[in-house]
Amino acid sequence: MSFTYAPAPESREIVTLQPSYDLFVNGDFVPALSGRSFSTTNPATEEPLADVASAGPEDVDRAVAAARAAFEGPWGKMRGSERAKFLFRIARVLQERAREFAVLETLDNGKPIRESRDVDVPLAAAHFFYHAGWADKLEHAGLGPAPRPLGVAGQIIPWNFPLLMAAWKLAPALAAGNTCVLKPAETTPLSALLLARVCQEADLPPGVVNVLTGAGDTGAALVAHRGVDKIAFTGSTEVGREIARAVAGTGRRLTLELGGKGANIVFEDAPIDQAVEGIVNGIFFNQGHVCCAGSRLLAQEPIAEPLLERLRQRLDTLRLGDPLDKNTDIGAINSKDQLDKIRALADSGEKEGAGRWSPPCRLPARGYWFPPTIFTNVSQSHRIAKEEIFGPVLSVLTFRTPAEAVAKANNTPYGLSAGIWTEKGSRILWMAQQLEAGVVWANTFNRFDPASPFGGYQESGFGREGGRHGLEAYLDA
Amino acid sequence: MPERLPGAERPRSGRLEVHKTYKLFIGGAFPRSESGRSYVVSSAGGRRLANAALASRKDARDAVAAARAAQPAWASSTAYNRGQVVYRLAEMLEGRAAQFAASVAAAEGATARASRRIVAASIDRLVWYAGWADKFAQVVGSSNPVAGPYFNFTIPEPTGVVAVLAPQVSSLLGLVSVLAPVVVTGNAAVVVASEARPLPAVTLAEVAATSDVPAGVVNVLTGRTGELAPVLAGHMDVGALDISGAAPDARPDLERLAAGNLKRVLVLEEDWAAVPSLRRLRAFVEVKTVWHPVGI
Repeated sequence: MSFTYAPAPESREIVTLQPSYDLFVNGDFVPALSGRSFSTTNPATEEPLADVASAGPEDVDRAVAAARAAFEGPWGKMRGSERAKFLFRIARVLQERAREFAVLETLDNGKPIRESRDVDVPLAAAHFFYHAGWADKLEHAGLGPAPRPLGVAGQIIPWNFPLLMAAWKLAPALAAGNTCVLKPAETTPLSALLLARVCQEADLPPGVVNVLTGAGDTGAALVAHRGVDKIAFTGSTEVGREIARAVAGTGRRLTLELGGKGANIVFEDAPIDQAVEGIVNGIFFNQGHVCCAGSRLLAQEPIAEPLLERLRQRLDTLRLGDPLDKNTDIGAINSKDQLDKIRALADSGEKEGAGRWSPPCRLPARGYWFPPTIFTNVSQSHRIAKEEIFGPVLSVLTFRTPAEAVAKANNTPYGLSAGIWTEKGSRILWMAQQLEAGVVWANTFNRFDPASPFGGYQESGFGREGGRHGLEAYLDA
Repeated sequence: MPERLPGAERPRSGRLEVHKTYKLFIGGAFPRSESGRSYVVSSAGGRRLANAALASRKDARDAVAAARAAQPAWASSTAYNRGQVVYRLAEMLEGRAAQFAASVAAAEGATARASRRIVAASIDRLVWYAGWADKFAQVVGSSNPVAGPYFNFTIPEPTGVVAVLAPQVSSLLGLVSVLAPVVVTGNAAVVVASEARPLPAVTLAEVAATSDVPAGVVNVLTGRTGELAPVLAGHMDVGALDISGAAPDARPDLERLAAGNLKRVLVLEEDWAAVPSLRRLRAFVEVKTVWHPVGI
């Protein structure tokens, strides 16, 4: 006898999509001076959702000027305690309109509603709430007696957590007293534009937050703009390097949160059921579109086979399909381009001799889909062990000793995240010391919190987001 | 007629002075440049002081390799131990204060009194940073109240190998002020000494070699900053770069090279006489956050 799930779709009626969206500049929605626009689609269905203005250099000019005026005007002059209340307001409106944000995020991004509802939106609100409290306490942040804001922050965010990344960027910048020009990703502009509405609703002074939608050229224009005092970028290491070169020698401040190839290390004494959940959460959360994903599983040899057996059984139960269905575990790949990239890397894994496995699962006919996939017999030289796939693809390697696990885990130019699974406390702390990663999860994975600093070592970027440490990115101290 | 080195004329006592050969300091040893090159170092007043080794690009790479080899053990030594090692450096400097004062006076053209003050300030600077070794993590780290059953803490860790272009003007106090914050947090340093005033740096290397600093933790190159800096800025095994000692017009290119492996780059010119901020200590650490469940 087998049980099946009845469809349990979340209603999309809570979201009212406009046929077209303008830029958010100086407190108003205005058409792009560039006159250009692009279409954003639902990756689960390929249905076009809306037409979105594409900001050109003249639009960047206008937004930066608005941000500058707000910095030199009302926002710069405002007491921290008043700034704090604006951020608290935004946090509250995010909570009040949480379901609307979750549905919109899932429509535009393709992630399961369970995740946008339970992770993205609550965490975004939490980020505003946490940072609000800092706005009038900056002198206690350990960065000197009188830290000062930097000015206008240009912020470029990715498509994997569109609203949450907007919150990670805006909340600390505003708490520190900066004004912002935010550029959401081309494929997921809608939740940032709704957040702009919330800023309006919260009566945030015009120009404090500006949202410029567009593609890479919009981001490049923002990076190149001399009126921007600080660039914060989350995205690929390749683009991060280009930005670092563009900013070189200008004296402008830069923080980068880039790619990763996180190792999830399972010792033979690990709590296996928890470890399996952690591995699944580590690589299949958000379809693996996570910079800190545990994309390399390092299993200690004696338990590698039984662990893989349990993992395969668990993957059999994952449900892939309609992201708006509340029972869906794996949603759509965010774009055709990303799907092509995942396919190419997965194919390279097969060609290079690794063993490929996916659970039997029917992919929807329309939209961009990729099944959860495990590669075994992976060697460290394989592309799937070295390159960030940014998809639901796990590469499995094995090790014998803790030292070998550390050597393999650290054998990457990245350094964003790592996971350790063992019941031995001293080994957890020893491993945590040895691993070159900005975030280490012990007997858990992919946990996030506004009070917890997040960011990478080495080519995963520099600077932190979250916690007291994240404030440094937006303060002259 | 070739120019003579100072003191080459026979002094009245009739004893011929023994000159010091100024060499590089790489991996705890004092090699000449592998290139066989040297350059003339003159005093601030134009008097010929010595020949210094003119380090090559290969020397710079060797210094990075030595630093990389030494760094993990240095980082895993206790903070208490690192503090004592840096404090010992101060002790040794104190014992050779007169020699350093003479060297600074020659290099910078300072009066004897000013030179003694500079040496005293340098010693005090080392003592100040030595004391930070086992306090920095307490001040910069945190435990974070996350919304869930987790113990979550953040600690600073060294970035790794840090290349430092020492200040061009302040040959000892400036040098000590940029070197100490790098090593006290557990990094290994490759320092390019002031191009025109390198001799106090070489003498400081001699102090380091005899004061418990593990071989390779401090490496000192003398030579052309413009030749060595790009090698270090582009080196894939260097994690961070202090380019405050580079000419301002050279910095953009160095920053572009540094982007190759996303080095952390510091440009911070300070008043060396003033009490430092924590900025140099903070510049060359990474913060690591660890999550651990709480449960029974």
